[in-house]
Amino acid sequence: MRSRRGGAASFAAAAAAFLLLLYAMPAFAPLFARAFPDVRPPIYRFQSFPMLFLSHAEIVAASSLAATAAALALGIFVTRPAGREFRALLGALAAIGQSVPPVAVLAIAVPVLGYGARPTFVALTLYGFLPILANVIAGIEGVPAAVREAAQGMGLSPFQVLRQVELPLAAPVILAGIRISVVISIGTATIGSTVGAVTLGTPIIDGLVSDKLPYVIEGAAVVAFFAVLADMAFERIGRRLRAYAENAA
Amino acid sequence: MIELDGVVRVYGGRRVVDGVSLVVPTGALCALVGSSGAGKSTTLRMINRLVPMSAGAIRIDGTDVTTVPVEALRRRIGYVIQSIGLFPHWTVAENIATVPRLLGWPRERIAARTDALLALLRLDPDSYRDRYAHQLSGGQQQRVGVARALAADPEILLMDEPFGALDPITRDALGAELALIHRETRKTIVFVTHDMDMALKIADIVAIMHEGRIVQQGAPLDILERPADDFVREFVGRAAIGLKLLALRHVGESMRPGLAAAGEPVDEAAPLSEALSQMVMRRTDRIPVRDAEGAVTGSVVLADLVRRA
Repeated sequence: MRSRRGGAASFAAAAAAFLLLLYAMPAFAPLFARAFPDVRPPIYRFQSFPMLFLSHAEIVAASSLAATAAALALGIFVTRPAGREFRALLGALAAIGQSVPPVAVLAIAVPVLGYGARPTFVALTLYGFLPILANVIAGIEGVPAAVREAAQGMGLSPFQVLRQVELPLAAPVILAGIRISVVISIGTATIGSTVGAVTLGTPIIDGLVSDKLPYVIEGAAVVAFFAVLADMAFERIGRRLRAYAENAA
Repeated sequence: MIELDGVVRVYGGRRVVDGVSLVVPTGALCALVGSSGAGKSTTLRMINRLVPMSAGAIRIDGTDVTTVPVEALRRRIGYVIQSIGLFPHWTVAENIATVPRLLGWPRERIAARTDALLALLRLDPDSYRDRYAHQLSGGQQQRVGVARALAADPEILLMDEPFGALDPITRDALGAELALIHRETRKTIVFVTHDMDMALKIADIVAIMHEGRIVQQGAPLDILERPADDFVREFVGRAAIGLKLLALRHVGESMRPGLAAAGEPVDEAAPLSEALSQMVMRRTDRIPVRDAEGAVTGSVVLADLVRRA
C-alpha cells in the first residue's frame, strides 16, 4: 500500500495538472490547429473551460447530494424493523430508475421543467440513486450480527446503534457507492448540454453538431480528467474512513 | 436476585422455552447447561429482554424486568456472547468504555475504570488500551468482552457460551479467571454453556435444560450424587461421575493428618481427582499432602477416596 503522504502528493499533482488544463487550454491552440487545420478557432471559446467546469461540477454536486440524501434516508428506513417490508419494493423502483436511460429522463423532464440545468439535475439524481442505495443497504446489512447484538445487549438505543455502530461500520461501503455514483454522474452530466445545461458537455455537443472534432476532444479530455480526479479524492477520503483497519499488520 | 417464574417462549409455534422457573440468589453463579437447542440461550436472552417472553415473569431484585425501560435495564446487566462482538471501529479502551459512556461518566473516571479492568483481565493497559479487536487473539478479545461487560459495575452478568469458541487451554484459563472474578466481586452471574465440566467446576447452581425445560437444578455435588433421571445421568457423563465427584473435593478433606508417605507431596487444595491420578501414575496407594505453606501435614490414602466418593 502506498504511504499516506505519497497519496497526498500524487493527488496534489493531479489536481494541479487539472487546473493547468482548465486555464491553459488556449495554449494548446497551435497543437489543435496543426492537427485540424480546417477548424477555426481550434479551441472552444464561447465559454471558458473553468466556467464550464464550475457549472458542470455544480450540477453534479447538487444531484449527488440529493441522491445521497435520498439513498441514506431510504436505505436506513428499509433496514429498520418497521421498513423491512418495503425493501424489495424500493430495490425494484431504484432498478427501474437505473434502467431508464438518462436521455429518456431528459426527454420526459424537459416539457415539465423546461430547458437548462433542472432536467439534468433530475436525470442525474435518479440515475445516481441506485448505486448509493445498494451500498447503503449492503453496508448496514454487512455489520456483523454479533456486533449488533452486543450493542443492543449493552443498552444502546436503536438510534445509538445506527449512529455509533451501523453507520460508522457501513461508511466505507456507503462511500464506495457515492464514489461510483459521482464518477458516473460526471460523465453522464455532459448529455445535459443537449437540453441547454451548461456543462463540459457543451463543447462536445457543439463539436458534434457543427462537425468540429477538436471541441469534442477538448471537452472529453477535461471531463475524463475531472472524473479521475474525483475518483482519487474519494479514494483518499475512503482511506481515512478505514483508518482503524489500516493499523493492522 | 434473579427470579424466573414459569417463563415461556413460543417461536414458530414451538415452545422453545417451556415453563422455566429458576431462582439465582444475589452473588451466585448459575450455569445453564444443556445440549444445543435446549433453550438455554433463549432463556438467558429473556432476562435482558433481547428476546421477548411469551408468558411468565422475570424479576430482578423483585422488580419485573418488563416494567423497566429496556435500555436502562440492559445498562445494568453485563452481557457477554460467544461471538464476542467487539466494535471493530473502536479501540479496546473505547469498547470497554461503551456503557460508562452511555451513562455519562466523566472522562477521567472512565479512563481509570478501563485500565483497572484491563489489569483485572490480565491485559497490560499500556500495551492493549489503544489496540483494535482484529489485533487481538480470540482469548484476548473475549477478555476485553468480559471487561466491557463489567465496565459499569453491573450487579448482574449474563454470559452466553462466553468461552465456547476458544481453544481448550484458553477456555480453562478464562473459566478459572471468571471463577476468581466471581469470588472477588460476588456478581450474580448466569452462564450458559454446554460444557458440563466447566459448569461443575465454577458454578454454585447448575440448571440442566432439555427441550425447553429445566430437568434438574441444584448444587454441582447434588447433581452428581443424585441425578434426577437418565438424561441427566447421561449428560453429566455416566461413566465418569465418580471421577467428577472426586474433582469437586479437595485433598484436604480426605487427608489423614500425621500419616507419612513417600514421594512428591500434592497440595491440600488440589482436587482429589489429581491425587488419584498421581497414585495411578506412581503405582502407589498413598501420597503425602502439603499445606499452603509447603509443609507436609499428612497423607491421602486410596481406600479413603473410594469410601468418601
